[in-house]
Amino acid sequence: MAIATVPTKACAVNPLKMSQPIGGAFAFMGLSGAMPLLHGSQGCTSFGLTLFVRHFKEAVPLQTTAMSEVATVLGGYENLEQAILNIYNRAKPKIIGICSTGVTETNGDDVDAYLKLIRDKHPQLAKLPLVYVSTPDFKGAFQDGWEKAVASIVELLVEGPNVNGLRDPSRVNVLPGCHLTPGDLDELRAILEDFGLRPSFLPDLAGSLDGHIPDDFIPTTIGGIGVAEIANMGGAGWTIAIGWQMRRAAEVMQARTGVPFRLFERLCGLGPNDEFMTFLSEISGRPVPSKYRRQRGQLTDAMLDAHFHIGGRKLAIAAEPDLLFDLSSMLHEMGAQVSAAVTTTQSAVTERIKTEEVLIGDLEDLEELARTKHCDLLITHSHGRQAAARLKIPFYRAGFPMFDRLGAGHQLSIGYRGTRDLIFDIANLVIADREENHQPTPDRWRPSAALPLVSGHRSAAERSTA
Amino acid sequence: MSSLAATVKDIFSEPGCAKNGSKSEAERKKGCTKQLQPGSAAGGCAFDGAKIALQPFTDVAHLVHGPIACEGNSWDNRGAASSGSSLWRTAFTTDMSETDIVFGGEKRLCKAIKEIIDKHDPPAIFVYQTCIPAMIGDDINAVCKAASQRFGKPVIPINSPGFVGSKNLGNKLAGEALLDYVIGTQEPDYATPYDVNLIGEFNLSGELWQVKPLFEELGIRILSCISGDAKYREVASSHRARAAMLVCSKAMVNVARKMEERYGIPFFEGSFYGIQDSSDSLRQIARLLVERGAPQELLERTEAVIAREEARAWAAIEPYKPRLKGKKALLITGGVKSWSVVAALQEAGLEMVGTSVKKSTRQDKERIKLLMGQDAHMIEDMTPREMYRMLKDAKADIMLSGGKSQFVALKAAMPWLDVNQERCHAYMGYVGMVKLVEEIDKSLSNPMWEQLRRPAPWEALAKAMMQMQSPVAAIAHDPALAEAARRARKICFCNTVDLGTIEDAIYTHDLRSVEAVRDHTNAVGGCCRRRIEDVLASSPPAGLQAAE
Repeated sequence: MAIATVPTKACAVNPLKMSQPIGGAFAFMGLSGAMPLLHGSQGCTSFGLTLFVRHFKEAVPLQTTAMSEVATVLGGYENLEQAILNIYNRAKPKIIGICSTGVTETNGDDVDAYLKLIRDKHPQLAKLPLVYVSTPDFKGAFQDGWEKAVASIVELLVEGPNVNGLRDPSRVNVLPGCHLTPGDLDELRAILEDFGLRPSFLPDLAGSLDGHIPDDFIPTTIGGIGVAEIANMGGAGWTIAIGWQMRRAAEVMQARTGVPFRLFERLCGLGPNDEFMTFLSEISGRPVPSKYRRQRGQLTDAMLDAHFHIGGRKLAIAAEPDLLFDLSSMLHEMGAQVSAAVTTTQSAVTERIKTEEVLIGDLEDLEELARTKHCDLLITHSHGRQAAARLKIPFYRAGFPMFDRLGAGHQLSIGYRGTRDLIFDIANLVIADREENHQPTPDRWRPSAALPLVSGHRSAAERSTA
Repeated sequence: MSSLAATVKDIFSEPGCAKNGSKSEAERKKGCTKQLQPGSAAGGCAFDGAKIALQPFTDVAHLVHGPIACEGNSWDNRGAASSGSSLWRTAFTTDMSETDIVFGGEKRLCKAIKEIIDKHDPPAIFVYQTCIPAMIGDDINAVCKAASQRFGKPVIPINSPGFVGSKNLGNKLAGEALLDYVIGTQEPDYATPYDVNLIGEFNLSGELWQVKPLFEELGIRILSCISGDAKYREVASSHRARAAMLVCSKAMVNVARKMEERYGIPFFEGSFYGIQDSSDSLRQIARLLVERGAPQELLERTEAVIAREEARAWAAIEPYKPRLKGKKALLITGGVKSWSVVAALQEAGLEMVGTSVKKSTRQDKERIKLLMGQDAHMIEDMTPREMYRMLKDAKADIMLSGGKSQFVALKAAMPWLDVNQERCHAYMGYVGMVKLVEEIDKSLSNPMWEQLRRPAPWEALAKAMMQMQSPVAAIAHDPALAEAARRARKICFCNTVDLGTIEDAIYTHDLRSVEAVRDHTNAVGGCCRRRIEDVLASSPPAGLQAAE
């Protein structure tokens, strides 16, 4: 059982964490015709926007209430009102998702009350859903923002059970955590449809940020789940929540509509997918399609082939809690040792990570741990690139942001097939690293007084040539 | 030290600003405090601007005092290049928590400064103020002053919280911090009559190194570059330069003008974008240095280098001329002087169909008119939708712009080239302009575009098949569609209740009579009585049974 610890240093170096408001805004990006709006200074939006654009290489809708110093002193009502009206008139969105920031939380803007006033004053907005989430920058992290936003969307937009309480057992709701990529969602959709189920994803990033090319210029999101479909989610037979972060939204859904939910904390690895397939088979009344029987075979074979390379590796990994739990557990099951684990925020899954200690820290902590514990495999988002270069160990990019490689939106890690490919990718990195940096030399196994015989991951010969 | 508000006011009345100079007296009085439009604003905040302007200082630790958003969401996002230290790419932030906001963040800031010095011992630390500590009253000037004294090391406050204004204002506030705390605080090891400063050049993609060899060949020493590939010591001793070139006037005009005022360093505004501009800039530098006492022969040597470089560049561009002839380009950028790039592109054979003049001065606009003719399409502000239409309607063959409008062009399946700060190619000087032409050609002549614009061949086939087939046939192909269509059939027309609803009710509540169905659904059971009886008679559909 892992203990979660918080370092005592005053200065975060090379942050792993990103802020709550952009996590919240990210959730709104999976809604069709949506315009996420950060209630804060325009830099809050600009930084987030740049980050999303660099990750997805897509146009990303994200607006700001452009709080100035004076507005911050006087309160943000007018800025919020103007922003909503401007967006309503120009972008004609189907929904506006509003996230607060550190600035507007510190000065105490009561956005819920503002929205009431704005609605009273502007009857033309009556039919436009305005969803507000409180996401101060100085608390929590990206994943928390997502979690809160999805819970708020369910709370506000899903309609209660219909009069006769009827539900369609072939319909399922899927509440994916923010660690799933559009590629993961597409894979999930295919799996569910193969069981004859009709899924509604909330949020559905695969509809908006999968990189498709619309026929015309659209200022809002170019796809995702529609407001009407969200409203009808109460008519589904089941809700499937993926990642611990989605428990809250699933509970809200159940409380509002009575739709039962099943939480899958992981979808990467053999065991979690066996469990998932069993569940789908049960709720659909259909046997697991032969396609997935074959994929299961392929995954087991991949595990056999890759365990030589992954087994015994000392893993240094930093990610948001759910992704950390998923990836580190899968690699642990492949024989890797989780030697250093760093995460961003408190979560119930942290203590179940297969390591002694999980640090709520930054990439400097990860780098230091990786160095002292002689780790020889690094997994984190793109900001780990500098650490990887200094540590000179294989580096697999996972999570958000991934700005220095293409195809971030299509990286797959779930299902039998996704796990299979992920295992291959990581094993191949290890193989390439061995060929490039760890070729045996005549002196490699020669006992030497100056150097210890067993020196972690790097042999004496490499040190002398490094 | 004046207050932040006074500094901002001072910047807005900058006499060296060309835009300011071209305004009428009344306009000037209003200042540059353009109110940002909530809900339709784009662009960074003042903190962003200050960070951009100073981050290229390579050996300095940049410490952001604020919550995680300011640094966590933005670090390591710029392609400035360093010839030495990589400390500038390490992100430092106080990551303020709720407790800091309640009790004040000054103690944490002070501890953070100490931690950085213990771990990295940089020549200086730049401390950036952000909105929240500004709101709660953290006095970073005082903390920095105390830390400087305690640790015996320059700790410089960059007072530029995001909400005071735009990115551009932030650039200038950063400049003010350099003037107040850095420039003139150290002496260079030696001085020569050939020492110059480059102000407002950020070495993006290492573009400074495209022109630096020319300086070296001429024996001109770049004493300091503010702030591309800058080292703290160089900028601290930059007041001993003999002349200065202001490369991006929009960012740091205040620095150049005040250095002239304080240290008598004459400056001129120039650019290394475009062949003609590069030559003009080299000439001007040589002239200023000679005026300040450098030997006369520098002018001749400069002319010789210019002649050689121009000949080389034109020879390199020549082969592209027939390939680019008549191709129409749209230039949307504020960062570099539009007219300077316009001239170069025209030389390469491109036809300019429009250029943005959002950040240009009146003189700039005159020059564009001169270059592009009276009917030049000068774009003050173009919405993404208009850009998209222009490209989609093939009024332009290629768009050159900043990263923000990238996807407008790409989604219209049109060639696009990044000419702003996120670009990965360097376009400065003579070699840079050749590179730009090369990149334009590479993009325009890529066979991919033609493939992309062609619709998938099966679209037409699918359409033809659709027309031939009745809707019934279409449904028959898809069991899900067929089932949906079946269930959607109206049973009760009075209250619009469909078959699916009634089937579900019958199944869930095990109903056996029309009356029972009436109780559980909205069906009236009058004119639709017979139909409901039929439904009752038929067995529940297979899908529902399986789901149980």
